[in-house]
Amino acid sequence: MQHLILLPLILPLLGGLLMLLPPLTESRVRQRNFALVLSAATMLTSVLLVQQAQQGVIGVYAVGDWAAPFGIVMVADRLSTMLLLLTSVLAFCSLLYTFGPRDEEGSFFQPLLQFQILGINGAFLTGDLFNLFVFFEILLIASYGLLMFGGGKTRTRAGLHYVILNLAGSAIFLFALGILYGTLGTLNIADLAQKVQQLDPAETPLVRAGGLMLLIVFGLKAAMLPLQFWLPAAYAASTPAVAALFAIMTKVGIYAILRVFTVIFGDAAGPLSHIAGPWLWPLGLMTILIGAIGVLASQDLRRLVANLIIVSVGTLLAVIALQREDATAAALYYLLHSTLISGGLFLLADLIARQRGKVGDRLVPGRGVGQGRLLGSLFFIGAIAVIGMPPLAGFVGKVLMLSAASSVAEMSWLWPLVLGSSLVALITLSRAGSTLFWNPAGKPVEIMRANPVQLLATVLLLSMPLLLSVFAGPVTQMVAATAQQLHDVQGQIGSVLQPVTHLVEVK
Amino acid sequence: MEALYAVCVGVLTAAGVFLLLRGRTFPVVVGLTLLSYGVNLFLFSTGRLNDSAAAVLGSGSDHADPLPQALVLTAIVIGFAMTAFVVILAMRARGDLGNDHVDGRVPELVLESEERS
Repeated sequence: MQHLILLPLILPLLGGLLMLLPPLTESRVRQRNFALVLSAATMLTSVLLVQQAQQGVIGVYAVGDWAAPFGIVMVADRLSTMLLLLTSVLAFCSLLYTFGPRDEEGSFFQPLLQFQILGINGAFLTGDLFNLFVFFEILLIASYGLLMFGGGKTRTRAGLHYVILNLAGSAIFLFALGILYGTLGTLNIADLAQKVQQLDPAETPLVRAGGLMLLIVFGLKAAMLPLQFWLPAAYAASTPAVAALFAIMTKVGIYAILRVFTVIFGDAAGPLSHIAGPWLWPLGLMTILIGAIGVLASQDLRRLVANLIIVSVGTLLAVIALQREDATAAALYYLLHSTLISGGLFLLADLIARQRGKVGDRLVPGRGVGQGRLLGSLFFIGAIAVIGMPPLAGFVGKVLMLSAASSVAEMSWLWPLVLGSSLVALITLSRAGSTLFWNPAGKPVEIMRANPVQLLATVLLLSMPLLLSVFAGPVTQMVAATAQQLHDVQGQIGSVLQPVTHLVEVK
Repeated sequence: MEALYAVCVGVLTAAGVFLLLRGRTFPVVVGLTLLSYGVNLFLFSTGRLNDSAAAVLGSGSDHADPLPQALVLTAIVIGFAMTAFVVILAMRARGDLGNDHVDGRVPELVLESEERS
């Protein structure tokens, strides 16, 4: 069962490769079914991994049996398995959505989707910064293909910005890795955490520079303030299933920030502990602000959802900047909720757009929605969840985050911004909802029905906040344990860098 | 050697960043390439510069750090793939958008100054 850790990587890798072979490329039906089975298998693996990790043991897989500081290790602790499960649920739903009519726009969509999942899973599982870079590149090159899928002017323009920005980000990533390797002599996260504690004071500024350069890169992936402008255009331009899957992409950046700046530069790092906090706090707060302005200014539904993602990223970053266990736990709960709900809203926006004919998802009075009652209720549930109104999970998440701010200074910044952005979201979404559903300029030409499979995918994602709030007790316990494990730096160092017992002396 | 090496990395990076900030796709692509050269040289130097060490573990007592070489190799492969992709994308954008500006349309200021000259 120890090899289970590698399965979330091997399944999409081999599956994606198999899908490039003629027996599967010839028939779209076969390709889809194969992808669905594959995705279900990945989800099952993540469930098993989560079960394993919930016992509190950190699963370490030494690839090729080379022990930790020298070889490549995959680390499956509570945090990474939780995010694996989140990814596979989201990927399953967005895969289900491609079973509808939109998939006909080109071939090789399914393999690209699998490679994207490979990259995301790898980024969550790796215990090594250079492999984090490699998996980032895998998920990026797949996302370039997915973003451009179907072609068209807006996609090309958004894609060009996205690709160039990310390539520049990769260059900065490599510079940062070079600095860290040059000064600390290792790239294994646990080993880095250990080496930072014993750092020569003369080399502190260099390591600090390297660490903060990593923050730039992860901030770019997470859409942190000065680096967030690519997101609305890119997400609004891509096909709906891709946009839904991309809801996890900003969270990969947040995961990397969480991992690097609580483990390597965490409590025990001496002069370098919490170096990201002074940057994350103001930038996170300003990201909420700019996201809220974007929400108010959005002209169409998908751009609105994309801006809501920026708001949620800002909230997460600001809460993570507190760098305390309870704050991290609250952020993790909100992360689960916001990823699932924004994925669901992207799918719903497409369902609505397709029934409105030419107007699409633009927020102007147009032809009425064919299935107004059904989609309207779904929109209502989604809106309540994403705003953070009771009783859905967004409310629980926001309450947890607000109560994580303890000092007056923290409260006086975090509370107005989080509550204000919720108010802005409330206003904009109710305005959007009344334009879309209550103010039709004409009757729908024919009663259009949403594709049942696509509807199922949307309902699945939109019902997740409901589940998260019904099971709020166990889930909050789980995220609390996750945060505790993440902040326990010595524990991680201990379990990843186990003493090497079977090194054989070679003459 | 160290000074020359450092200057090389610095010049490549500076030129790369300068070109990256240009408005047309071709200079941007060249800028990305230069930047990745700078990065690769920099990564290579993190194993310390040494002119007599064996590259692979041999019988000699002095050998170079093999890890940066592995890192550089990976970074080069990935860098090439990404450059190839961005070149194709730039050509596609030129075809789709009708011009080679990174924003997809040439700003009016630039058009005016080009007309004047």
